Amino acid sequence: MKLVFTSALALAAATAAHAEGELNIYNWGNYTNPKLIEKFEQEHDVDVTITDFDSNTTALAKIEAGGHGFDIVVPTHSYVQIYVGKDLLMKPGIPEMENYDNISDNWKNVDWDPNREYTVPWQWGTTGVAVNTSAYDGDINTSAIWLDTPEELVGKVNVVPEMQDVMNLAVMYMGGEPCTDDRDLLREVRDKLVEAKSDWMSMDYGMTEKMSNGDVMASVNWNGSTFRARLNNPDVAYGYPKEGYIVWMDNVAILKDAQNVENAKLFMNFIMDPENAALISEFARYANGIDGSEEYMPEEMKSAPEIVVPDELKAAGKFTSSCPKEVQDLYTAIWTDLQK
Amino acid sequence: MSDRTPPRPGPAPEPRRTGTDSGAPAQDRGRGETKGPDRGAPARGRGRAAQARPFNVTTMPGFATVAILAFVLLYVPIVTMVIYSFNASDSVALWGGFSTRWYAIAWENDFVQEATIRSLVIATSAAVIASTLATMAALGTTRRKRFRGQTLIYVMINQPLMVPEIVTAVALLIFFAAIKTATGYTGLAYLILAHSAFCVPFAYLPIRARLEGMDLTLERAAADLYATPFQTFRRITLPLMAPGIAAGAMLSFVISLDDVIITEFVKSAGQDTLPTYMLGQLRRAVTPEVNAISTALLVLTVLLLTAFFLLTRKRG
Amino acid sequence: MALSNSGKNGWLLSIPALILLIFGAAGPLLIVVVYSFLEPGDFSGVIWNFTTEAWFRVFFERDIFDGTVSTADAHLTIFWRSLKLSILTTLATFLIGFPMAWFIATQPPNRRAAWLFLITIPFWTNLLIRTFAILEVIRNQGLLNSFLIWLGVIDAPLQILYTDTAVLIGMAYVYLPLMVLPLFAAIDRFDFKLIEAGYDLYASRWRVLRRIVIPIVRPGIVAGSILVFVPSLGAYVTPRILGGGKNMMLGNFIELQFGQGRNWPLGAALSMLLLVIVLTALLAYVRATSVEDRHNV
Repeated sequence: MKLVFTSALALAAATAAHAEGELNIYNWGNYTNPKLIEKFEQEHDVDVTITDFDSNTTALAKIEAGGHGFDIVVPTHSYVQIYVGKDLLMKPGIPEMENYDNISDNWKNVDWDPNREYTVPWQWGTTGVAVNTSAYDGDINTSAIWLDTPEELVGKVNVVPEMQDVMNLAVMYMGGEPCTDDRDLLREVRDKLVEAKSDWMSMDYGMTEKMSNGDVMASVNWNGSTFRARLNNPDVAYGYPKEGYIVWMDNVAILKDAQNVENAKLFMNFIMDPENAALISEFARYANGIDGSEEYMPEEMKSAPEIVVPDELKAAGKFTSSCPKEVQDLYTAIWTDLQK
Repeated sequence: MSDRTPPRPGPAPEPRRTGTDSGAPAQDRGRGETKGPDRGAPARGRGRAAQARPFNVTTMPGFATVAILAFVLLYVPIVTMVIYSFNASDSVALWGGFSTRWYAIAWENDFVQEATIRSLVIATSAAVIASTLATMAALGTTRRKRFRGQTLIYVMINQPLMVPEIVTAVALLIFFAAIKTATGYTGLAYLILAHSAFCVPFAYLPIRARLEGMDLTLERAAADLYATPFQTFRRITLPLMAPGIAAGAMLSFVISLDDVIITEFVKSAGQDTLPTYMLGQLRRAVTPEVNAISTALLVLTVLLLTAFFLLTRKRG
Repeated sequence: MALSNSGKNGWLLSIPALILLIFGAAGPLLIVVVYSFLEPGDFSGVIWNFTTEAWFRVFFERDIFDGTVSTADAHLTIFWRSLKLSILTTLATFLIGFPMAWFIATQPPNRRAAWLFLITIPFWTNLLIRTFAILEVIRNQGLLNSFLIWLGVIDAPLQILYTDTAVLIGMAYVYLPLMVLPLFAAIDRFDFKLIEAGYDLYASRWRVLRRIVIPIVRPGIVAGSILVFVPSLGAYVTPRILGGGKNMMLGNFIELQFGQGRNWPLGAALSMLLLVIVLTALLAYVRATSVEDRHNV
């Protein structure tokens, strides 16, 4: 142990000397365009390190524990208020930044971050259903695809194991509001889910592939992933459930204990530039909330039905927050019943 | 030498012969120091009496068939992986024609290369540390009179096996985060420490299995011949337990290479390993680039091993 | 040093490993013990209020709708599923691994290392990639089904993926070296003269195997079985990917509590219970063997 500590001190001294010109970004895996990072490194002479996380819960747990060394984190909107509540984020003065005005008006004042005090948009998307239209040609803008599975799709349906999203989709399908604590309704939701499960094939991730190769014919899925699947297999289509679907946004925030605050601010401003925001979208195939970035996007993205929400279905999209603890407990209990 | 192939029917030559054949001793080095006692110790004169038998005593019916079949099956998924590393499409599960583009992409991708090297560094360190400490502990806890606390040691050593990874991961996250904040050091040592710790039982159990029942006759004989304890250990005990240590070190190495969850929770900024890199991809889409990296690694391993075997062969 | 067989030396030799484990595993685990007696935090972590609620919830469930208390059947179901699959995995790896270890141990010495490496090389490839590769083999349009259809054994693809069979295949594959290597270490020091003696006394092969070989290589069997059985109880990745996630295993269930379920104390209590169960079994084993050792001496 002594050795560890001595080398610890030596290394701490060594790294401190190089601290200038660095930036540590903590982002979802396979989500950051290397071209974007390269461009930023060249423009600002900063050495950027990307570290991956696989879920909001892991990211939050690690950041809360401290000693991680990250400057920037990219939480989903439903987690931003949790970070703020735990006093983990700093206010970098975003409205004063040069590129602030590029944020689309509807993303400037958002529930999870009024007046953009803490965060700037990274990407946003929706959670709906992906359907292989060669197996089913009925209406796909409905959660009935996986909750009252049409005969053609029985045994070929997947549900991504995102508890919060799946529960909220089911609650909305049964006529409730996300994060409801109405127990009678939740009982119906549970019975519905348990009944529907017998028609499912799996509860798994990786739908870009399995929808592409026809292993799975329909799935609760994200729009960007469905988009990627459609590029491989034109039969794949994305549906926005009219009973309610989920809209989410991942946001870039600077941590309170960041070591490289100035570089982090530079990065925030950098990604609000339309040309750079387009680079973000080009990589992961989600929209970004920056005005004028469409111009720089690849042709197939501008009119993609997975990205452009049809007008008549816009109202069905819901931003869900993280549910309160009591509701969370109910959700987990139902989820356990479902998967036991 | 081919006459040693077990399933051979009919009268087989004495099984032990190869060990004393000319040329064979040097090749023995492939197994480290086992050569000394193997040849010198009458107690281990494996099957010397076999000469008289009508069949090879080391043969068990069907064993070779099962073993060969299992070896083949072991490589089926690996061959699949190699094939898909040459996939032209974006997918690890949808064949889109032959292409080497993923090798080009992996070659360009510093992130994944650094992650791979980091994985190997951690796994090598963990294997060395864990098998060294496990060897000492195994010597301490086997082949001696029972002593107070022996069971406690046994339980402590095997403890990392007993809880799912996520639990150790959360515990270490909190413990190490406190140290990281206190010392300001966020280097690779935490990952190596964590990996070494959970590798200890994987090294300890095979070594112990080797030691148990290995009698003390040879060591006593050495001591009778005025060998110092260290000489006895170096020349007798260590060579005898070498296969156990090798097995333990190999297991530790692959266990460390595979670890995802503990690494995910312990890593600091810029410390992604290949598994955590893949875990990050899991939810979205896994690209064949990792197949390309793994194939390259596989080829490198096989080349190194071949070179190693050729070299040791030449020395004889 | 190896000769002096006093308890003091036993401790001295074990101390470095114990220190490593105290800092790298067992010590921090005390945090988890403490957590199991606290309240879950709102979004992660814990609130520092003492409560036994988590332990209560391990054994009992309050119906979320009418508040009635009953035993936690869901937990039991999940536990039995994990137990069953772990036992099957251990058996499968033993039945395949024993012939493999035997085969390697009876190779000429200079080839044994090569065979050992041949076993471990597939495992240098990342677990997730291996699991995806297995998925590729057993999926409906995969290698195995195509092969069987080509042979004419079956007409339609077998649904193996997303079943317990798939998890079993995957786990047996993943844990195989954990069985083979300890077995090899034990068989390799086996004195084949003993078999000789057995045959001289007109014992059948089966009898030789059962009465001579197995008892002597037993430490290897035990080591291998512990290394396979215990970790597979808490397995996470393989059940998740090959089982399709419709039915949870213990590892997934505990992970759920620390992740999306946001109930760290319950996760902590569940894992401590698992620890106690495994520990009891292990201690029972240690006791049983130490009695036998005395008989053998």
